[in-house]
Amino acid sequence: MKPERKKDRRDFVRGAAAVLIGGAVMSAARSRSPRLVWQLDPEKCTQCGRCATHCVLAPSAVKCFHSYSICGYCDLCGGYLRPDAKSRDTGAENQLCPTAAITRTFIESPYYQYTIDEDLCIGCGICVKGCDVFGNGSMYMQVKHDLCVNCNECAIARSCPSDAFKRVPASDPYILKSDRERRIS
Amino acid sequence: MKKYVVPPLGGFSPTGFRLKAVRHALVCVFLLVGSSQAEFRFPMPEFVTGYTHPAVHTPAPSNAMVGWDIVVLVSTLTLAAIFVLKRRKRREIFLLTLFSMIYFGFWRNGCVCSVGSVQNIAAGICDSSYGVPFTVLVFFALPLVFALLFGRVFCAAVCPLGAIQEAVAVKPVKVPPAVEKVLSVFPYIYLGLAILSVAMGAGFIICQYDPFVGVFRMGASFSMLIFGGIMLVLGIFVARPYCRFLCPYGVLLNWASKLSLHHATITPTDCIQCTLCEDSCPYNAINEPTPAEAPESRGKGASRLGILILLVPVMVVFGVGVGSLLKEPLARMHPTVRLAERMAGEDLGRYSETNIESEAFRASDTPNEELYAEAVQLKAGFGRGGKWLGAFIGLVIGCKLIAVSILRKRTDYEPDRGTCFSCGRCYKYCPVKE
Ligand code: SF4
Ligand code: SF4
Ligand code: SF4
Ligand code: SF4
Repeated sequence: MKPERKKDRRDFVRGAAAVLIGGAVMSAARSRSPRLVWQLDPEKCTQCGRCATHCVLAPSAVKCFHSYSICGYCDLCGGYLRPDAKSRDTGAENQLCPTAAITRTFIESPYYQYTIDEDLCIGCGICVKGCDVFGNGSMYMQVKHDLCVNCNECAIARSCPSDAFKRVPASDPYILKSDRERRIS
Repeated sequence: MKKYVVPPLGGFSPTGFRLKAVRHALVCVFLLVGSSQAEFRFPMPEFVTGYTHPAVHTPAPSNAMVGWDIVVLVSTLTLAAIFVLKRRKRREIFLLTLFSMIYFGFWRNGCVCSVGSVQNIAAGICDSSYGVPFTVLVFFALPLVFALLFGRVFCAAVCPLGAIQEAVAVKPVKVPPAVEKVLSVFPYIYLGLAILSVAMGAGFIICQYDPFVGVFRMGASFSMLIFGGIMLVLGIFVARPYCRFLCPYGVLLNWASKLSLHHATITPTDCIQCTLCEDSCPYNAINEPTPAEAPESRGKGASRLGILILLVPVMVVFGVGVGSLLKEPLARMHPTVRLAERMAGEDLGRYSETNIESEAFRASDTPNEELYAEAVQLKAGFGRGGKWLGAFIGLVIGCKLIAVSILRKRTDYEPDRGTCFSCGRCYKYCPVKE
């Protein structure tokens, strides 16, 4: 083959390859979806504990959320107190949370507000389980998006036994249990 | 630290306190025992003190860096092309490599990377409901376009995975070319497996088994840290082990680079066959000139080529056979199949304990039959996919055999356009100056 012809053929194949790449990109992009981020569906979560251990970040980007608008403000909080707690006070030995990330604040008798300290929470879900079993389920897990690095495939999603993780639009990145919740970002 | 809010004094009496407490407790008990249909066990209290609940902290996902990532990608690719083709200085290429390692790797946590983007593209093609983010499209396409124009300049100085391996490759030894050829089939297998996994909805295995992302994030599961560590230690002596023997995106870059318009050359002008550069490439990517006289008669070569071409369909059929045998192990890539097997095993008393997955499944109240039916369907899918995978690997091996047996006439020392990473090591070995 003459060098000329060879060059022409190469140019042609190169053009074809470029078309192929373009085609792959176009067909992959045909569903114009918004930017997606990872979030977990609290209705599906079974508080297995993997959110604390399987995130690529340590501590995990998953934290406990508390929907105040559906909380019973109970004195005997299933999420705050150990089931075998001797007394209903703030003693460390009575608290369920391993890092003491929940603050109990007296509001008016007999109501108490429970506040999660995001910096302390490790996302273990122990309180969530307690609140789910004994309370209103106002405590639940969510991926915190100021922490999450939005992995291409979330490492927790891969190992979640309850299939709770999914991609959600970045414009609406939380699945809160109550839409009456006031939000700040 | 305990904070107590002191209740306002007005409007409260000790009896009032107690009454309310009793009522609350009563309501609670009533709700617990009486109506299981109630949405919440405990009613939301009506506060008399005017308490309003705090807001929930819902920070938005950060979007700030995404635009920068694309800007940095375009500029590093352009710089890499200039350094490789025009300035021809190993030192500059290496500095750019270090920058990419720090920016895309440590600073941006190694995500999203072009290597993994193959899976997003595959997911976008297979699943019409999955939209590939714009950044990922750019990260997939741009390095390939650059490879079509300038060779694998992305590998030279932009890819964070390549960069970290380049940084540790201090004492590279030569891998025997035959071993290199055999091992270079693995990226094709990996690529095929990754696409199969995405197509079947079994997850992104390239991300899962990325050995270096744990290093970039300074944390990963124990086994992945070990894998990353082994790769880095191995990488001291065998330069770029991941790139050469695993990277699935490298397969695409290899193809694109074979067609490249311009490509790195060892010599700035004309090769004088001094052989000085022969051993300079740690990647076996320098092709030597073909011997002047043909080592064998034309007829012999032609008949061998004929046999090899006939062998390709045989390899493909063989691949299909092997692929269909691998149906069961392949299907186990899918979590649903694993769960179904676990559930069946537990029901048959094969395990003494339940595991987290099976417990979660039982809690979901889905009937076992549904799970089994889904698993059977998935297995059938993996059966078909396995055959395609086998055929693909058979074809690749067949084509590689043909490529080895064809002697292209070459008079100069040249980098192999497919496998050369354009790292620039060979430049300084060439005594010819401009
Ligand atoms: S891994 Fe899944 S089930 Fe376990 S705590 Fe996280 S969301 Fe819940
Ligand atoms: S118990 Fe676990 S999930 Fe709940 S607040 Fe404490 S650390 Fe967070
Ligand atoms: S996407 Fe990554 S950082 Fe975010 S929660 Fe999942 S594993 Fe953690
Ligand atoms: S071969 Fe793969 S991992 Fe290596 S530099 Fe190229 S794209 Fe990156």
